[in-house]
Amino acid sequence: MADATAGDPRLRPGGALTRLMQRKLALFGIVLIVVVVAGAALAPWIVPYPPDVQHFDGLTIEGAPLPPGGAFLLGTDLLGRDLFSRILYGARTSLIIGVVANGMALFIGTLIGLTAGYFRGWIGAVLMRFTDLMMAFPALLLAICLAAIFQPSLWIVAMVIALVNWVQTARVIYTETTSLAERDFIAAERTLGAGSARILFRHVLPHLVPTIIVWGTLGISTTVLLEATLSYLGVGVQPPTPSWGNIIFENQTYFQTAPWLVFIPGAAILLLALAFNLVGDALRDVLDPTQRGRD
Amino acid sequence: MKAMPEISSGAVAAPDSDPILSVADLCVSVKTEAGLTPLISGLGFSLNRGETLAIAGESGSGKSITALAIMGLLPPPAVRVTGGTIRLGATDLLRLPETRMRSLRGDRIAMIFQEPMTSLNPVMTIGAQLTEAIRAHEPVSRRKARAAAVAALRSVRISQPEQRLDQYPHQLSGGMRQRVMIAMALVLRPEVLIADEPTTALDVTVQREVLDLLRDLQAELGTAIILITHDMGVVAEMADRVIVMRAGQMVEHGAATEIFSRPAHPYTRDLLAAVPRMGKGAGREEVPRTGTRPPVAVVEDLRVRFDIHGGLLGRLTHRVHAVEGVSFSIRAGETFSLVGESGCGKSTIARALVGLVPHQGRVEIGGQTLSGLDAAGMKALRRRVQIVFQDPMAALDPRMRIGDLVAEPLLIHGLGTADERRAAVGDLLERVGLSRDQMDRYPHEFSGGQRQRICIARALTLKPSLIIADESVSALDVSVQARVLDLLAALKTEFGIAYLFISHDMAVVENISDRIAVMYLGQIVELGTRAQVFGDPRHPYTRRLIDAVPVPDPAHQRAPAPRLAGDVPSPVHPVGQGPDPVSLTDIGDGHLVAETVG
Repeated sequence: MADATAGDPRLRPGGALTRLMQRKLALFGIVLIVVVVAGAALAPWIVPYPPDVQHFDGLTIEGAPLPPGGAFLLGTDLLGRDLFSRILYGARTSLIIGVVANGMALFIGTLIGLTAGYFRGWIGAVLMRFTDLMMAFPALLLAICLAAIFQPSLWIVAMVIALVNWVQTARVIYTETTSLAERDFIAAERTLGAGSARILFRHVLPHLVPTIIVWGTLGISTTVLLEATLSYLGVGVQPPTPSWGNIIFENQTYFQTAPWLVFIPGAAILLLALAFNLVGDALRDVLDPTQRGRD
Repeated sequence: MKAMPEISSGAVAAPDSDPILSVADLCVSVKTEAGLTPLISGLGFSLNRGETLAIAGESGSGKSITALAIMGLLPPPAVRVTGGTIRLGATDLLRLPETRMRSLRGDRIAMIFQEPMTSLNPVMTIGAQLTEAIRAHEPVSRRKARAAAVAALRSVRISQPEQRLDQYPHQLSGGMRQRVMIAMALVLRPEVLIADEPTTALDVTVQREVLDLLRDLQAELGTAIILITHDMGVVAEMADRVIVMRAGQMVEHGAATEIFSRPAHPYTRDLLAAVPRMGKGAGREEVPRTGTRPPVAVVEDLRVRFDIHGGLLGRLTHRVHAVEGVSFSIRAGETFSLVGESGCGKSTIARALVGLVPHQGRVEIGGQTLSGLDAAGMKALRRRVQIVFQDPMAALDPRMRIGDLVAEPLLIHGLGTADERRAAVGDLLERVGLSRDQMDRYPHEFSGGQRQRICIARALTLKPSLIIADESVSALDVSVQARVLDLLAALKTEFGIAYLFISHDMAVVENISDRIAVMYLGQIVELGTRAQVFGDPRHPYTRRLIDAVPVPDPAHQRAPAPRLAGDVPSPVHPVGQGPDPVSLTDIGDGHLVAETVG
């Protein structure tokens, strides 16, 4: 078996990044992410108008928003603001929410699930009952409470979302860890005298990477939309700061007359989630040595 | 099934009539990126009524693929038949549409699989599954089908068949489940029965019962059997004719007596030579008495119990008495074997010795008692005793390179620099028969035998004085198993390691052990040197185990034994109760035997 595959060039070890780049879909995802990040970072230099300026010529005589094309690339919103500028600035908010808040949620969820699943006993019981409690408590209500206590700002909103969204990750990671901890190779590590930290981070965590990646990419769209919901309820990112979520919510009532106001930010969220999903999928395969050489 | 005897007369009597099943020039291929890769090429054989044809070979030889091809159950779309014919009587099975094939399966050709637990639906009762199988082929009423199911269970010697019908698969033991599978396969009196490793997952004594049952039923019904197995002992006992397969091709074909007495092909000769045989160990020179050497491990009155909680309040109601009052000692440089059937507690002892399960009683390794050690003491103790598990694929972290895996013990104990570790790993890999430059490969790139060598190298890294081999060769093909056993023997003399060898395979144990303990239901029933236990077995259970081992010689005549379908009693007891402790008596020269009641 070993000899049969020895000559196969695809099995040669190579950098994970190189192998990632070789996959077309992954490359597409990376390019998309780079574009969004660059757009958000360079927004002040790119945008044709400031995002919060209400243009006189941004509305028709009847007061309806302008469709895409013409002086305003993606049209204008209900107040006559340039949608393109708002989308670019909104990317900043949404990236911070989708990546930072979601990343924090993943981190908390993984840590709690891993600890509870590996140590079981009373530590596990306490952690998981707490997780169940969080799960049973309506997430939105909790977020509103938290947001009401703290002064709403982008970073507070990110933290609130992280504190609400780790629960599902913790549950899934817990289940996977309990089954991993029963496997022979973990028992083998213990008989070698390996400490808990070594077993957890060198032998259990790498096997959880696929799950973490899947939950991470799924989390991007849910967190972006959760932020939008919070904005809608007035406890999210405060206007006039745009985010993709609050652009949708501000304009959803005019969906029939000005559909682009909902479609365009919606498509932006979709593309961002898709991009992370493609990269995550490829990353999972590339990081798994047993998958090497397959597609 | 009720009317079994009436059809037997005609079917058995005509072995030289037209073959019931004939396979000609069969080719099966799998579609890969690189094109079609053949799995089986040019296979041809025929099967007569009432005869047993064994297809023998090691893993990957294509024997199970042959069975699936005959059943029309090859996994689509990747694997398919690319040539040849399979005829059942006058019907060409390969040309039949799936709907016709479906009605034929179970009715004219039936199959039983290796693992009876996974072949039975866990959420349906035995009765529902049996009647479903009957009613799928014959338009009979539910009541009639149920009566037929009862008769079928009775014919496979299952006690209380009416009650069994309402039980679920998990309520039956492994041997009973396999008997249910046989009942289900034979209930419609198929002309051909394909048995794919039917006894591999079973204990020897249960295997004995199942093989006897198959033979009896064949004599009654005249079914032709294709028996697929890797076990040459089973082949010798059951087969009229044998096909030896290797890498998808038939290397030898002939009558069983011919194959065993005059194997023509070198591969068959190697295969037969690698089969561990009882009595081979007796010829070996007796090792010098190791009685004077200091023991590396002493186990005294070891007890391991697992709690079972039940009821609304989750109170402790029962305990599994996995190991009950076991005492033995292992001396430096000896091979001490624990033998017994599944669930007898032998693996639990192994796990207790390396501190994986909590225990009561005294375990002393290298003069140090295991319980009451702090973390640092425990870590130091782990350098003295290492364990090699049954399944090397499961015991190696699939995400690590083997160089890192073998070096890990050194890293954990902070021994050597990176370069020294790498050099040490290279030496070890070479010592176990792998090469230094394979260090950067991953476990899945190796074969089963190579992986077990990696596990052995890993166990050797810390230079322990005791290695526990927990069924370490059971999952390997015989030829690979023989080489791994040779390696273990060589390492024993080279490093002076003692082994605690745990196995269910009496032949292997007989070949390699210095001393042996026979376990039954968590207790040792007999303990002594190899000559004592195998030459003069005193306990009835030891005798039953020895007698049950299939002998790889078709000429071997087995003493007629009562055909029983007994079940091993349960080791689960209510709190406060326990099994009766057996008392071991020395019948001379350290040969300990449990007193039997009655």
